[in-house]
Amino acid sequence: MQTFLRNPHLRRFGISFLVMELVALMTGPPGSTQTPTAGFRGSFFEASSFYGLFRTQRWVVFLALAVVVFAIWSGWLTQGSVIRTTTSKALTYPRAVTQRKPVRWSLLGVALIVALLLPRIVDDAFWHSAMTEQIGVFVLLATGLNVVVGFAGLLDLGYVAFYAIGAYTTAWITGSLPTPAPFHGHFDPFVAIPVAIVIVMVAGILLGAPTLRLRGDYLAIVTLGFGEIVTIFANNLYGITGGSQGSGPIPHPVLHVGPLHYVWSLKPVPYYYLLLVFLVIFLIAFSLLEHSRIGRAWTAIREDEVAAESVGINPLKYKVMAFAIGASTAGFAGVVTASQSNNVFPSSFTLQSSINILVLVIFGGMGSIFGVVVGAIIIQVAYSYLLHTPPQGYQSADLYMYLGALLVLMMIFRPSGLIPSRRRQREMVLSKAGEGHMDEVLTGDTP
Amino acid sequence: MGAFGHYLSGHFATFRLEFWSLFVGGVANGFLYGMIAVGYTLVYGVLRLINFAHSEIFMSGGFAGYFVMKALIGNSVPSGAATVFLIIVGIVVGGTAGALVATLLERVAYRPLRRRNAPKLAYLISAIGASYFLFNLAGKEFGRYSISMPQPYINHPVFHIFGAAVQLYYVVIFIAGVVMLFALDRVVATTKLGRSIRAVAQDAETASLMGVNIDRTIALTFIVGGALGGAAGFLFGLGTGVVYTMGFVPALKAFTAAVLGGIGNLRGAMIGGLLLGVVESLSVVFVQAAYIDVIAFGILVAVLLFRPTGILGERLGRAA
Repeated sequence: MQTFLRNPHLRRFGISFLVMELVALMTGPPGSTQTPTAGFRGSFFEASSFYGLFRTQRWVVFLALAVVVFAIWSGWLTQGSVIRTTTSKALTYPRAVTQRKPVRWSLLGVALIVALLLPRIVDDAFWHSAMTEQIGVFVLLATGLNVVVGFAGLLDLGYVAFYAIGAYTTAWITGSLPTPAPFHGHFDPFVAIPVAIVIVMVAGILLGAPTLRLRGDYLAIVTLGFGEIVTIFANNLYGITGGSQGSGPIPHPVLHVGPLHYVWSLKPVPYYYLLLVFLVIFLIAFSLLEHSRIGRAWTAIREDEVAAESVGINPLKYKVMAFAIGASTAGFAGVVTASQSNNVFPSSFTLQSSINILVLVIFGGMGSIFGVVVGAIIIQVAYSYLLHTPPQGYQSADLYMYLGALLVLMMIFRPSGLIPSRRRQREMVLSKAGEGHMDEVLTGDTP
Repeated sequence: MGAFGHYLSGHFATFRLEFWSLFVGGVANGFLYGMIAVGYTLVYGVLRLINFAHSEIFMSGGFAGYFVMKALIGNSVPSGAATVFLIIVGIVVGGTAGALVATLLERVAYRPLRRRNAPKLAYLISAIGASYFLFNLAGKEFGRYSISMPQPYINHPVFHIFGAAVQLYYVVIFIAGVVMLFALDRVVATTKLGRSIRAVAQDAETASLMGVNIDRTIALTFIVGGALGGAAGFLFGLGTGVVYTMGFVPALKAFTAAVLGGIGNLRGAMIGGLLLGVVESLSVVFVQAAYIDVIAFGILVAVLLFRPTGILGERLGRAA
C-alpha cells in the first residue's frame, strides 16, 4: 500500500485531481448563510454538458481537465528541459534586440502614445471609469509599494493607510471634513497634493523610525496593525473624520496657470490624464532613484543588512527613506481618488486593498518597475473585466480568493515575478553559469 | 486637572464596581488567546517564522464546530450529560478541522519553499496568500454574514465570585483551556514527540543528525498547534458566532500574546494570552469599545520596541 501510494505517477495524478476539483469549487456557484452546502453541491454535482458531447456532472468535467493537467505535467517532466532550451534559444535574438537603447526608448514611446490615446481607443463609459479608478490609481499605488517591498525589501501590509491619510488630507484641506480646514480656507485639491505628500511622508517617518528596526516578519505585523488602526480611527472619530458616514462633498480641482484654465468634473477621463502625467513623473523618478546611490544602498540592505552596515550604509536611514517615498506615492493617489470620487469613506481603505496592492507588486516582479506596471495592468484589467461581465457564480469579493491563490502559486513557482528586474535576470544568468549566488530575497538557493 | 480628575475618579468608581465581572470575561478571552498563541509559538519554534495563516486555522475550527452543532442539536435544548457530550464533540471536531487545515497549509504553502531553502519574505507572502485564499473561499461557500451557533446549553450563571456572575460559557472555556494547555505542556515536556519538537527548535541540523525526522516533526507541530487553534475557534464561535473573517482579530491578538510572553516560549504564550485578555477586558472602562483593538496593538508595538524577547524571554526548545 505504501509503495503504491508513493508511485510518482499516481501522486501526480492525485495532486492534479485535487487541484482541479478545488478549481471547480472556486469557480462554482456561491453558497449562502442559510444553505451553506449549496456551493459544494452546485460546484460538484450540478448537471453540465461535456462540451456538448454528453450530459454529466461538473466534477467529471474537472476530472477530465485533471487528466489534461496530468498529461501536460508528465510531458513537462520529460520534455521540459528541451522545450526550455529551444524557447530560450529562439528568444535570444528578440531579447538582444529589446536590450538595445533605441529600441527600448521607442517601445516606451509607443506605450506612452497608446496610454494617451486609450480613452479614444476604448470608448466606453465603464472602461473610462475603470481605467481611472481601478487601473490608473492601482498602478500608481503598486509602483509606490514597489519602492518599499521591491527596492528595500520591507514587507508593508498597511500601505493603504497612507492612501487613506492622503485622501483624508484632501478632504481636510478643501474644508469637507467636520473639523475646520487650516487657515479657514477652502483650498483647491491641487493645493492638497503637496500638503498630502508632506503629511503622508511625516506619517511614514513617524511609523517607520521606531518600527523599521524590527525584523521583517514583525514589521509586517506592525504595519498591518497600523493599517487597521487608521481605519478604526477614521471610522470612529465622528467629530474629525465624519466617521463611517464619510466626508462631505470634495470639490474638483481647478487648473489656472497663465492661459491654461481647466476645471475637472465628475468625468473620469480628465482624471485619467492627471494620473498619467503624475504616473510618468513618478516612474521616471523611481527609475532614476533605482540606479542612484540611494537605490544601490536599498539593494545592499535588502540583500545583506549586516554587510551593508559594515560598508558604512545606515540601514535605518535608508529604510525610513524608502518608507516615506513609498508613502508619498500613496498619498498622491489618495488626493486623486478623493477629489475624483467626491468623498472619502473609511470602508475604501481596508486590509484587503493593502493585500491587493501587494499582489500587484509580487505578480509583476518585486523591484522591477516595468514588471510591476505590466503586472498591475494585467490584474486590474482582469478585475475590471470580471466586474463588467461577471461569469456565472462570480461575486466581486471572490477576487481576493483568486489573488490569495495567485500569491501562493507565485511563491512556489516564480518568486521573482512575471518580469523579473534586470538585476535579478542577470543574477539568474550568472548563477546558472556558476558565478555567484542568486539574489536571495525571494528565490533562495535554486538548484 | 479638575475635569480630568473627575473623569478618572468616575471611571475608577465603575472600575471598582465592574472589576470582577470584567476580570472573569478577560480570563475567558485570555484562555482563548493562549490556545491560539501556542500555535504561533510552536511553529515559530520549529520553523523560525510567523504562521500568518493561523487565523484561518482558527476560522476552520469555528465553522466545523458550527456544522456539527447544527447537525446534532437542531431545535432541541440539550442539558446535563448531552451538553458535556456536545461540547467535547465540538472541541474534537473543531480541533480536527484545525489540524487538517494546518497540515494542508504546511504541505502547500510552506513545504515547497522549505525544499529550496527560500528566505523568510517568501514564506510570509505565501502564508498571507494562503490566508486570503482560505477565508475568502469560506466567505464564498458559507455566505458573508455572521451566523450564531446553536447552543448546547442554556447560558446561565453557574456561581458567583466576589459578586460577579460566572456564566456557564466561561466555565466551559476555563475547563477546556486548562485541560488542553496543561496537556500540551506535558506533551512537549515529556513525550518523544515533545522531545523531537524541542530538538528541532534548538538546532534542526543537529537534530536531524541525531535521527529526528524533521519533516515529520514539523508536520506534527503544525497538527498540534492547529488542533488547539481549531478548538479555540469552536469555543470562540460558541459565544460570538462564526463568520469568514472571524479569525483576523483574535489571531492578531493571540500573536500579540505570543510576543508578549516571549515567542517560542510555550508557557510564555499561555501567560501572555491570559494577561492580554485581562488587560484588554479591564480597559473597557477607560476607552470606548471601538478602540479595544488599538490597545492590544499598542501593547504589541511597545513590547516589540522595548522588550522584544517578551516577559519570559525567547526560549526556543528549552523544556517549555
